[in-house]
Amino acid sequence: MIHTPGSAHPGPHDSGAHATGAAPAPAAEPVAGRAADAEPVVVFRNVSIAFDGPPVLQDISFSVAPRETRILLGPAGVGKSVLLKLINGLLRPDQGSILLFGQDVATMTEEQLFPLRIRTGIVFQEGALFDSLTVRDNVAYQLIQERVPDEEIDRRVHEALTFVELDRTFDLYPASLSGGMKRRVAIARALIRQPELILYDSPTGGLDPITSTTIIELVMKQRDFYRTPSLLVTHRLQDAFTLCTHRFDSALGRMVPLPKGETDPNTTFLMLEEGRLIFDGSLHELVHTDNKFVREFLE
Amino acid sequence: MAIGIIERTAKDIVLTAQEYTLFAQRAVLNVFRPPRYWTDFLMQCNIVGVGSSAIVLLSGFFTGGVLALQSQATLSEFGATAVTGRFVSLTMIRELGPVLTGIMVAGRNASSMASELGSMVVTEQIDAMRALGVDPMRKLVTPRLFACIFMLFFLTILADAFGIFGGAFVTIFMNHQNGTQYFSQAWEHLRYPDIIQGLFKPLVSGFIIASIGCFYGMRTTGGTEGVGRSTIDAVVFSSVIIIFADFLMTQVLLTLFPPI
Repeated sequence: MIHTPGSAHPGPHDSGAHATGAAPAPAAEPVAGRAADAEPVVVFRNVSIAFDGPPVLQDISFSVAPRETRILLGPAGVGKSVLLKLINGLLRPDQGSILLFGQDVATMTEEQLFPLRIRTGIVFQEGALFDSLTVRDNVAYQLIQERVPDEEIDRRVHEALTFVELDRTFDLYPASLSGGMKRRVAIARALIRQPELILYDSPTGGLDPITSTTIIELVMKQRDFYRTPSLLVTHRLQDAFTLCTHRFDSALGRMVPLPKGETDPNTTFLMLEEGRLIFDGSLHELVHTDNKFVREFLE
Repeated sequence: MAIGIIERTAKDIVLTAQEYTLFAQRAVLNVFRPPRYWTDFLMQCNIVGVGSSAIVLLSGFFTGGVLALQSQATLSEFGATAVTGRFVSLTMIRELGPVLTGIMVAGRNASSMASELGSMVVTEQIDAMRALGVDPMRKLVTPRLFACIFMLFFLTILADAFGIFGGAFVTIFMNHQNGTQYFSQAWEHLRYPDIIQGLFKPLVSGFIIASIGCFYGMRTTGGTEGVGRSTIDAVVFSSVIIIFADFLMTQVLLTLFPPI
């Protein structure tokens, strides 16, 4: 057992299970100290999708429990971003069902999906900021559509930008921001309405190590402060392990390592290989798995 | 092999036509249900209408001038140079004003719509918009469609007017004919069916420009190269379809309002 319930980690320490399976179960100890045994926020059941060719995802089943952070690993082009977009209905599966907050997004119309999407925040691979709008209008996009008064918008945008430590960019346009700053603004945009689920699509992809650490620290801050369930796509093992072995210290205002041998009990892993889910489990199970592909990926 | 290619191409054409029909239908029907984005509509009116006014005005003026120049030689053979005004005004109002305006605006705006929306697609801004709970069809496509229809109507009037002025300029200052005669000929032989014909066509052209520009923009794939392809497709197809639709409309309208 690597992680220890009741550690200094500020997250919840209830026990519970999460996965519906699909991965060839790695021989491992049961995970204790996990997120609540409540209704999962996201459930994938035998989901498959293809685009004019061989399937991109095949027979994928897993779930995300409340307050759980799931890290989706896999090499480039394996279908990680597609999986993320399936969750909030940006793409439709060919087979299977996807439950988001208990509702099957695979059978809903685009109109029916909008209220569900508003409850989720998504950070796209390159930020996907609207380049004709200022940072303020990008972050406040949803609030502007909902006709929230300007003073309220300004206050909440300042709050969100302060969270990502970019308050000075309020009036700037995305073109004048660096790659890392764009990702941080995208995180602020995803968080401004305090979503019930956050989806991160390779938030550190293409960034230098220092900026990547800053982004991962923000993801951790969100996880440990608001305890919002999330699914993070990455192919950078270093980011995944950092999330698992560190916690955000609010007093110090930065992340600190968990005591030796401990990991965050609510941060778990999924791994894809050629469109199939080949691993679903904890960090301990990941590093001790016999699966050849996982071992190669880790090495 | 050859049959396979023909089959695939035929299927692609049918599928594209089907997708375009559904796309255009959705864009039109959105206007009957909230939310409606009036600010975006007005912004698009400014971009399409005010932004295109200079090219429409200049192309109208010079087309009218060319008509007067070209007709001069033929009409003088029959001693009929006095009808230059009638010839220019009828040609501009019934045919060249609507078609030229449509093609000029297609070149300027179908391309900009396709490239703007295409760039948004490839940079995931469209997905981001959907993820933020906003329907891109309502927010981006419907305002462009109705702004284009609305403004093309007025741009065509502008092109017609400046075409007649261009004809007048050539008639008076280059062909040294009587200006009063030119304008009285231009005015007296105009009938309501001519005006109806000339002002109905831009409504259809506006629909074609915006729907095709947005359609190709929204189905962009393949990064920046794909954006370039979408832009070319949007301009080529909208221009050709405007001319084809003009041919069909002229046939129908001439049947409904036969020339005297």
